[in-house]
Amino acid sequence: MNYQVRITVALKKGMLDPEANAISQALANIGFETESLKIARQFTVTYEAGDGADAERKATAMCERILANPVIHTYTVEVL
Amino acid sequence: MRFAVIQFGGTNCDHDTRHAVRDVCGIDCDLVWFKERLGERYDAIILPGGFSYGDYLRSGGIAARTPIVHEVVSLAAKGKLVLGICNGAQILAESGLVPGVFTVNAYPKFICRPQLLRVENTDSPFTTRFSPGEVVRIPIAHHDGRYVAPGGELERITRDHRVAFRYCDPTGNLSPDSNPNGSEEHIAGLLGAGGNVLAMMPHPERASEELLGSEDGKRIFLSMADWIGKNR
Repeated sequence: MNYQVRITVALKKGMLDPEANAISQALANIGFETESLKIARQFTVTYEAGDGADAERKATAMCERILANPVIHTYTVEVL
Repeated sequence: MRFAVIQFGGTNCDHDTRHAVRDVCGIDCDLVWFKERLGERYDAIILPGGFSYGDYLRSGGIAARTPIVHEVVSLAAKGKLVLGICNGAQILAESGLVPGVFTVNAYPKFICRPQLLRVENTDSPFTTRFSPGEVVRIPIAHHDGRYVAPGGELERITRDHRVAFRYCDPTGNLSPDSNPNGSEEHIAGLLGAGGNVLAMMPHPERASEELLGSEDGKRIFLSMADWIGKNR
């Protein structure tokens, strides 16, 4: 059956994120002071899998092989 | 002797690179569309600069997973010379031919300017026409050029003499101001484990003629030709 899976890829803790810093500064410029701001990228993917565990394994493989770069990223997988 | 310059959709330094190799250095050179195959006919493969796949996902991330780049990985394992310039360097990092990643500049804007580099390794097939510690001028043009090594590997990369070029000031010093993108240890170019792969963010094809203000880049292509001449 088809499973919908939500994959979230973000920078590892401590990695410099110049874009997040720029956005944080822009928020401050219009009156929103922020303690921290993190950016993540979310993929919602639908595909055929044997069961929920199989769907999760496939999503993990997608992350390991292309969606995330292990040097700088962490990822989470959520079968919906 | 024949070089290949690989073209993806979004590559934009392919013709400049072939011009530098073929017309300036006098080396036969073909443009190879990414859907074609390289086979055994090339002595060196160049992945040129540009924006393959529009930099979607990550710079070089999609191109690195195409069949032609899998072929480049196999050819590199057999000892062929592989040079990645700018987006080509990002592709080589994403493909694992060099460790680490080139990611968004510390100050997140596109930088396009002349750049001084210190030559760190003159034993590689790409750098024999340079002197150790020499300061050369080869321009940069990138948004995602900040080199980040895999955790704990920076020391090993340095110890194994795999750093080819570092960003520097006119006297060859590594001052903070001379690091345009925040790369770890000022790394501008590094070698793969076998020494036959070089990934560099600066553009040697843009510094191969006196008219363009520097001929230092040409020495990379000529070093490659020297090495191939001696080793084929």
